[in-house]
Amino acid sequence: MSILDINKIRKDFPILDEKVNGRDLVYFDNAATTQKPTIVLEALSNYYGHYNANIHRGIHFLAEKATSAFEDSRTTIQKFLNAAHKEEIIFTYGTTDGINLVAQTYGRKFLKEGDEIIISTLEHHSNIVPWQMLCEEKGCVLKVIPIDDKGDLLLEEYEKMLSEKTKFVSVVHVSNALGTINDVKFIIDKAHAVGAKVLIDGAQASSHITIDVQELDTDFYAFSAHKLFGPTGMGVLYGKSDVLNAMPPYRGGGEMIKEVTFEKTTYNELPYKFEAGTPNIADVVAVKFAIDYINELGKENIAAYEDELLKYATEQLSEISGLRIVGQAKEKVSVVSFVLDGVHPQDVGVILDQQGVAVRTGHHCTQPLMNRLGLPGTSRASFAVYNTIQEIDKLVAGIHKVKKMVL
Amino acid sequence: MTINAIQDEIIEEFELFDDWEGKYEYIIDLGKKLPKLSDEFKTEDNIIKGCQSIVWLHAYKQDGKIHFEADSEAIIVKGLVSMLVKVMTNHTPEEIANADLYFIDKVGLASHLAQTRSNGLASMVKQMKAYGIAYQAND
Ligand SMILES: Cc1ncc(COP(=O)(O)O)c(C=O)c1O
Repeated sequence: MSILDINKIRKDFPILDEKVNGRDLVYFDNAATTQKPTIVLEALSNYYGHYNANIHRGIHFLAEKATSAFEDSRTTIQKFLNAAHKEEIIFTYGTTDGINLVAQTYGRKFLKEGDEIIISTLEHHSNIVPWQMLCEEKGCVLKVIPIDDKGDLLLEEYEKMLSEKTKFVSVVHVSNALGTINDVKFIIDKAHAVGAKVLIDGAQASSHITIDVQELDTDFYAFSAHKLFGPTGMGVLYGKSDVLNAMPPYRGGGEMIKEVTFEKTTYNELPYKFEAGTPNIADVVAVKFAIDYINELGKENIAAYEDELLKYATEQLSEISGLRIVGQAKEKVSVVSFVLDGVHPQDVGVILDQQGVAVRTGHHCTQPLMNRLGLPGTSRASFAVYNTIQEIDKLVAGIHKVKKMVL
Repeated sequence: MTINAIQDEIIEEFELFDDWEGKYEYIIDLGKKLPKLSDEFKTEDNIIKGCQSIVWLHAYKQDGKIHFEADSEAIIVKGLVSMLVKVMTNHTPEEIANADLYFIDKVGLASHLAQTRSNGLASMVKQMKAYGIAYQAND
């Protein structure tokens, strides 16, 4: 049994009281986005209601209060990732934005024709397309680490791909579609051994796994606040300071400059060099509260409880005849993707929705992965700390109803 | 029967259902009864874009009227598509181009027209009307 009081935790998330199609909401789409606890909602309304001001420029009371709340968030995130320096934390609008930033600045400056970029079969489109765009522009070559049928990366194939031509490796920490936890430490070390830089897409990992960017020794780490109980449209790019310093700025505008004349502009230092314009102040301020919330529960406790849910769901779903769990990697987070014989995933989703159960269906923004698995898509239930065993029972009953109605 | 008379008939049928299960079982049944679209018409060009499941729509004109045949991988979408075909098939291009499809809303399936559903019913309606307009222009 978990040492967390799940009923108490559920009360922290007001949306869980919502009714959907007349039923209690069962929210199993946490890999898409998590729900927000009251303290995050209050942080947002407090900011707008009590100290909304533009940051870093004003000298009045509100501006200073807003600036210090904004910078407090940076410190909180620095600790959350165990980054060596505060200025290595760049605020973005999400994982996608962070990856594009790196591809468009580091990539455009340092990669050239014939250089190789390695990604994996498990990637989300947001860790595929920015590299394809770069390859198209620069004539780089994209290489893809294959997987086995269970959804684990074939790391021996990865090792064979590495050479002095490899200049960049960008791999997902945790697969959103299958839940696979990748051995990113191994991937990073091997990439560094051939002199390549590494970005880890941490969109799905940040809420489940303790991240230590110094121990990983990764050059970049990107994630989104909305997947860890924080607001949408806010994310983080971690980068090693020497690498970030060597990169050209991304967007031009206010905040990111030191001095502007019509002849020449000098750029601000880190992290502001990469934060042009008025940032998403409210959401940055609020993310601190989401991370405090996670820290208070304890990431290990959260992970242990989610593992219980995963184990229970895996057992229960495996017993349904005609159901096949897609993704049975050695190490997984609390994500269960499945297909039902003779039933299209969309039908599963529609009928579960009628019963108040929210799952994700389709390709999960991982079309190349679905092609590799030979599937049009899957249905995916992904769990968070506020989910319960009873809710999994509702999912199971819901799937039985799908079979009864469709088959 | 006119497009509106067929719509009214469907609305009446749906009044029999007092819960979602009856309604969806009926739609699934319609999906199962819809004749399979022959493979020669399951072409790339006939795929309706913007659907989570693949939906094919084939149209042809005969004796001044447009006929539709359709299919989908997903059974609920297929049922919905079957209703659209029933309403829209065998009418003149003008009637199709100008049709006001109120039945979807009236039978409580409007959410299936929303973009978020990404099942492309809205795209399907648009495509049917586009055929209406195109065949008008051909006349
Ligand atoms: C593995 C992975 N990478 C990247 C993303 C993109 O995140 P965002 O849409 O917040 O930029 C997601 C979100 O679904 C994801 O799951």
